Amino acid sequence: MTDTPLFKVSGFSKFYGNRIGCKDVSFELWPGEVLAIVGESGSGKTTLLNCLSTRLMPTAGSVEYRMRDGQFRDLYHMSEAERRFLMRTDWGFVHQNPADGLRMTVSAGANVGERLMAIGDRHYGKIRETATDWLTRVEISTDRIDDQPRSFSGGMRQRLQIARNLVTGPRLVFMDEPTGGLDVSVQARLLDLLRGLVNDLGLAAIVVTHDLAVARLLSHRMMVMKDGYVIEHGLTDRVLDDPREPYTQLLVSSILQV
Amino acid sequence: MTELASYNFAYLDEQTKRMIRRAILKAIAIPGYQVPFASREMPMPYGWGTGGVQVTASIIGPDDVLKVIDQGADDTTNAVSIRAFFQKVADVAVTTHTQDATIIQTRHRIPEQTLREGQVLVYQVPIPEPLRFLEPRETETRKMHALEEYGLMHVKLYEDIARHGRISTTYAYPVKVASRYVMDPSPTPKFDNPKMHMYEALQLFGAGREKRIYAVPPYTEVVSLDFEDHPFEIQTFSQNCALCNAHGVYLDEVVLDDKGGRMFVCSDTDNCEDRRAHGHVGEMLAQDPPLGKEAAE
Amino acid sequence: MATPLVVSEVFKSFTMHLRDGLKLPVVNDVNFSVASGECVVLGGPSGIGKSSILKMLYGNYAVDAGQILVDHRGRIVDIANVDPRTVLEVRRHTMGYVSQFLRTVPRVAAVDVVAEPLVARGVDAAEARDRASELLAQLNLPRELWNLPPATFSGGEQQRVNIARGFITDHRILLLDEPTASLDAANRKVVVSMIADKKAQGVAMLGIFHDEEVREAVADRILDVSAFSPRRAAA
Repeated sequence: MTDTPLFKVSGFSKFYGNRIGCKDVSFELWPGEVLAIVGESGSGKTTLLNCLSTRLMPTAGSVEYRMRDGQFRDLYHMSEAERRFLMRTDWGFVHQNPADGLRMTVSAGANVGERLMAIGDRHYGKIRETATDWLTRVEISTDRIDDQPRSFSGGMRQRLQIARNLVTGPRLVFMDEPTGGLDVSVQARLLDLLRGLVNDLGLAAIVVTHDLAVARLLSHRMMVMKDGYVIEHGLTDRVLDDPREPYTQLLVSSILQV
Repeated sequence: MTELASYNFAYLDEQTKRMIRRAILKAIAIPGYQVPFASREMPMPYGWGTGGVQVTASIIGPDDVLKVIDQGADDTTNAVSIRAFFQKVADVAVTTHTQDATIIQTRHRIPEQTLREGQVLVYQVPIPEPLRFLEPRETETRKMHALEEYGLMHVKLYEDIARHGRISTTYAYPVKVASRYVMDPSPTPKFDNPKMHMYEALQLFGAGREKRIYAVPPYTEVVSLDFEDHPFEIQTFSQNCALCNAHGVYLDEVVLDDKGGRMFVCSDTDNCEDRRAHGHVGEMLAQDPPLGKEAAE
Repeated sequence: MATPLVVSEVFKSFTMHLRDGLKLPVVNDVNFSVASGECVVLGGPSGIGKSSILKMLYGNYAVDAGQILVDHRGRIVDIANVDPRTVLEVRRHTMGYVSQFLRTVPRVAAVDVVAEPLVARGVDAAEARDRASELLAQLNLPRELWNLPPATFSGGEQQRVNIARGFITDHRILLLDEPTASLDAANRKVVVSMIADKKAQGVAMLGIFHDEEVREAVADRILDVSAFSPRRAAA
């Protein structure tokens, strides 16, 4: 365990005109740590995720990231070229809808290989070998390597999206409702896979979800958001088993027991 | 009853020519970069070379000698009509001889004979954006060019190999210009790609519908994209030209009858005629009557 | 060596915001410590707050006031007032917990569930599996179940997986919440001897055992939780 965080967020706010997207968010994320951001629709969790991943610009605050050379850089003071490079090498972003994160009209192999080619890999055989390896890791049969994701089921597409993101060995992955829109049985498989990959690779991850079961299974820590504010923050099992804030208690008590 | 208003020299008004020349100068200054320009309506449909015609009209002067080719040939509809257009609106000399021309407007070929310094090759371009088919958002492709993010280009080549076992793109094969911009060389066969590298003549590209001009200045590095284990290769032909016996040139297949008879002839008609004038004879002309394609050697 | 676990002036209550802020006191002024090699059993009627105390110690429940001091790798950490990351580190290296119920993860085999705490501490996966197999054998879990996910196991089988998972590491503190509740006599005996082994290794243990026979066998000391009951204090 290192003593330096990977990601530092301080005094972070985003306004849409007079409306609050999220306000005064501060936290640190360490290597290998999974943080879940939970809350209902409109609570600001997706705004926060989009800002943290530099897909949106915040109104105030800073987000610093520890680069591979150990130096902290303020994400919003980087050039766009550097940010985009970071996003396709050291970061991953798993969208709720796999079609947003995949190229639906190129083969599964090329989807996985794209990041490698983007960072300069020019050996077809090696790219294909790596793609094959990753398809296996996300439990997609390798004889589907030349098929387009259009012909894949929802769960397979999501697993392909994960492989596409992880192929460059990122240190930080953002996930927006990674299991949203999937059948329950497919969700379970995906969660288990994600959990295994996150553990094996020592990934840090920020996962936005409204599903507390996802948060429990994947995350170490949890932030509960309401109306743009972080209202409760702590160890995931503590927040779920002993929720302190009225809204968190409402959330936890709303889970259907099977 | 006064005389009809006459066209300005080379059809376009002088303001338009200045605008296009500025775009051309910018394109030459940034090899491979697509410069937007205010493409005009031309008296021919899009797809007939409106981009190339505007570029030619902007650079042509009364002393120029123009050659126009379509798929290498001087005598096809597109070439003939564009040549006639400039004879009419600019009253310039025209030629079919590559060596005699100062400006060569081309659709889909680069002449077999090497051009020299001072000559200009003007390409007609249908789709200037090489990234278009994989990334339809123009805002995104421009950003990718700006940030030199060209991984996607190799995704296309990867797909080729995955599907066909080799890079099957045979025309509009993407190139990198001066180690910076990835460029679509227009739908020329990839056979012509190596000619673009360190070319003595100035190469200008005009896309009328897409409103883009780009350029490769003389003596510029032009490299075809490829993989280490699937290097770039040009097409090869086992036959020689049936008319002039040329080897190592780009050949067109011509169907002779409905019994499978066919011949391969030079795509570059001027080069073919020139060779025949110098006494080269292909198998089709050597035999009389010219039938029976598998005749004895 | 410092006392592994010291609990000092701990207060805990639940505020039920969904019931107009109804405040339910759980325990007041909890004070005790557990020495190395000692097994302390929490006693008292059910509902008195025994499980809540274990959960507070493990960082699973928040604490209103007081300190929970744990000797974590030679450093004293106050679980009641520390960041989540440190709690996780303490759980990984110093303090283990055997709960009453196994929280199963889909698709993970029993032997891997047991091996996981070792793997998390950096032990080689094959070695961790070997160690896990030994424990499962010791607890008489049928061998054909080892490679199956425990979700479909019986209560007793799940509990044995849970115990093996809790006992596999050399954590210096172990919290045991009714680990023998659904076991038969033979397996209870196995657990009793496993606890005795841990004691011999100097592990500090704090547990809840309703089974009198087991309690007699393992307890060095019984701590009556009624003493911390707010109801008693109010009376």
